[in-house]
Amino acid sequence: MSATTDGMEEIVNEFLAESAEGLDRLEGDLVELEHDPTSSRLLAEIFRAVHTIKGSSGMLGYSKLESVAHAGEGLLGALREGRLVLNPALASGLLAMVDALRTLLRAIERTGSEGPEDYGGVARALEELLHNSAAGVVAAGAVHNAAADLSGGENHASGGRIRVDVVLLDHMMDLLGELVLARNQILRLASSQTGSAALNAAQRLKRVTADMQDAVIKTRLQPIGSVWNKFPRLARDLALACGKQVIVEMEGSGTELDRTLLEAIRDPLTHILRNAIAHGIEPPEQRTRAGKSAAGRLRFRACHLEGRIHVEVADDGAGLNLERVRRRAIELGLLTPEQAAEAGEKQLARLVFAAGFSTAETVTKVSGRGVGLDVVKTNIEKIGGTVDLQSVTGAGTTLYMTLPLTLAILPALIISSGGQRFAIPQANLVEVARLEDGPASSIEQVCGAPAFRMRDGLLPLFFLDRELGLEAHAANDLHIVVLQSGAGQFGVVVDALYDSEEIVVKPLGPQLRALACFAGAAILGDGRVVLVIDVGGLAQMAGVVAGPRVTPASDADRVRETNDEPASSWLVFRGTTGSRYALPLSAVARLEEIPAERIERSAGREIVQYCGQIMPLLRVSRLFQEPEQERGLLQVAVLHESGLRTGLVMDRIEDIVEAVVELQPDRHSELLQGSAVIQGRVADVLDLKNVLARGEGRSVQGATEGGR
Amino acid sequence: MDARRRFCTFNLDQLWFGIPVERVQEVIASPAVTPVPLAPRAVAGLANLRGQIVTVIDPRPCLGFEERPATMRPAMVVVRSENANVGLLIDEIGELVEAPENGFEAAPCNLPAGPRELVPMVCKFPKRLLHLLDLDRVLRGGGSEVQSGKTLKRTGDFAD
Repeated sequence: MSATTDGMEEIVNEFLAESAEGLDRLEGDLVELEHDPTSSRLLAEIFRAVHTIKGSSGMLGYSKLESVAHAGEGLLGALREGRLVLNPALASGLLAMVDALRTLLRAIERTGSEGPEDYGGVARALEELLHNSAAGVVAAGAVHNAAADLSGGENHASGGRIRVDVVLLDHMMDLLGELVLARNQILRLASSQTGSAALNAAQRLKRVTADMQDAVIKTRLQPIGSVWNKFPRLARDLALACGKQVIVEMEGSGTELDRTLLEAIRDPLTHILRNAIAHGIEPPEQRTRAGKSAAGRLRFRACHLEGRIHVEVADDGAGLNLERVRRRAIELGLLTPEQAAEAGEKQLARLVFAAGFSTAETVTKVSGRGVGLDVVKTNIEKIGGTVDLQSVTGAGTTLYMTLPLTLAILPALIISSGGQRFAIPQANLVEVARLEDGPASSIEQVCGAPAFRMRDGLLPLFFLDRELGLEAHAANDLHIVVLQSGAGQFGVVVDALYDSEEIVVKPLGPQLRALACFAGAAILGDGRVVLVIDVGGLAQMAGVVAGPRVTPASDADRVRETNDEPASSWLVFRGTTGSRYALPLSAVARLEEIPAERIERSAGREIVQYCGQIMPLLRVSRLFQEPEQERGLLQVAVLHESGLRTGLVMDRIEDIVEAVVELQPDRHSELLQGSAVIQGRVADVLDLKNVLARGEGRSVQGATEGGR
Repeated sequence: MDARRRFCTFNLDQLWFGIPVERVQEVIASPAVTPVPLAPRAVAGLANLRGQIVTVIDPRPCLGFEERPATMRPAMVVVRSENANVGLLIDEIGELVEAPENGFEAAPCNLPAGPRELVPMVCKFPKRLLHLLDLDRVLRGGGSEVQSGKTLKRTGDFAD
């Protein structure tokens, strides 16, 4: 007896799942049909979907479902045969049918029955539409042979696919996580073994685990279309409500994401869609006046690039009112009037992500865009994604998003603080810096709050051990981990840095959920549990969430935009005469500030003690025969080559720039590779090999030969 | 109480405690516990139980006992809880006992507030008393924090 009930349940569940999918597709097709009312392919698809629901619900004895679907089918039949042509009234009627069907399906899912509600009204409205329209409509010529289309359509119930319970998939992911941990452990053990057999086996395990990881992640992927196939309908309804016209275009609907990620981006994407229609796209009259088509375009694009998912939402509306943004930014104290005057378009556009910026009533009323975009940004960053925005006044706004492929396994940096290890998700990590001789040397106080001078900006800083109430461990060298959270960058002082490890983050138990500074816990290769830092929560707890950092990267971005070639990072610095130099950042191990009094002399050359070694200093000014300028604090780029460190003393570090550099050979000096245009101005690019050789040479000869 | 007559027992600060045996999954000798900064006092930290991360609760602070001496290496009772397993730090594991008929009695009302919430019942054994822990309350993080110096031990009159 119970077996039959179970069997029945399974059939009903399958019916519910299939019908829900069918309705999702149907809805999208209907909206598409509005733009292309004679498409026989679409008509056939829609007709088939409704027909299937009608047939199955009749078989299962859901009479209300059947009657609503039946009425819809009648109307669709007339459309398919060309007796009617779709108009907004018919489309609304059919969409109302979709809603009714969906409500009924949900009722069945929840309660097992169709519920007491009466859907006769929907069916009657559909029938009325059929008769009234039929009377007034002249058959539009072409009678489509939809029956032929029907049989030629793609087969949805294709073989080779099965439905799998989501719970099972989640369980598989958990198990995979444990497998990854076991692998980490085995690898650690095997590396301490001398026998090659154990090592080989461990290597094979590593390979298989990696493949397995890919495969399991693949089983959890779903096309992004499953989120945004509801958008055409939503856009249509919203546009109608705002008196606007919108055409939704979708590209890359088949791009696949982990289902947990899909859930996480559903709301942000919906939010962006609402924003674009409510505030971005102008009313038809205004668009026509501006020489645009009356209907606005909203384009969703997704693709898979370099191990990340890229999602783009573009509208061709009015764009941001940058003047208003500028004024608002000054009002809120996010920018000084001088900064605001200098700020570029891109920089201003980004301000709409600032917390509290958009919620201000005046902005939402006047300039519109940006209601709660800070929330969108926070939510996307929570899942390891990034958000950026570009707006061109009069031409529209584009929102760019990148997302990781999966959430379950992520690379993290293991650090220690207060004698305890913690994991920091790599996605939040910007860079690390080392503080020699303890914190006294380079941490400054701003009204008692510690800050660190990072190139030209001040970075808010805090000590992780103090923030977590741990006992401070006396460490000679401290490290600053620069982290990016939704609101900006900040530095965390930690005792030591260890490896980066792939970790599987598990949620904390209910007793610990209140701790916002931890995202969860993970098991490391040695079997010990570490806490995973929630960077956003930690920043909030430490009170370092400030406004966005506006100054950096804007120039670099501009460079990046105009070039499709891969950019590389360059350290740009000044000589004492104002000349500009550049060297590849990859050659620089670290940037340091060294007090002049720490310079010692040995055999006629300048040296400093650095990391327990003696590091020779090379002054750029001397290399290029520029006048010496005495400074109390020297800016030093530590170059690291074949185990030897050399300090390159520069007068002033200008910036770190990401740029595509085209070298123009320059034979003035063997110390230069040539010159290049970086950020619109010429910089001499150092030939590091020759520069370092020069340093060696000097030390051998003990002479002070100037660079020629 | 008929279905819950068998108890897994252990010592905490020289008192004899018991929890229903069907809630116990296993007992582990001195697990490696990663402390959680800023956690409630009752949470000793997190431990790795064969790839599963369990929250470890120390009932001592909940009961108002002094901190466990550093020389004592606690054992851990892994307890089944609604969502996940939870570890319970104990001083020493005891035997499995069957409660005598009519042995149960509400804990005396002169207990300090903290322990009174966590030890609703005692069970009279010949010569000694078994303190029955309200497991769910302990696993939630131990009801109200016991701040006062009044401890279960000092009330003393019903300890054996």
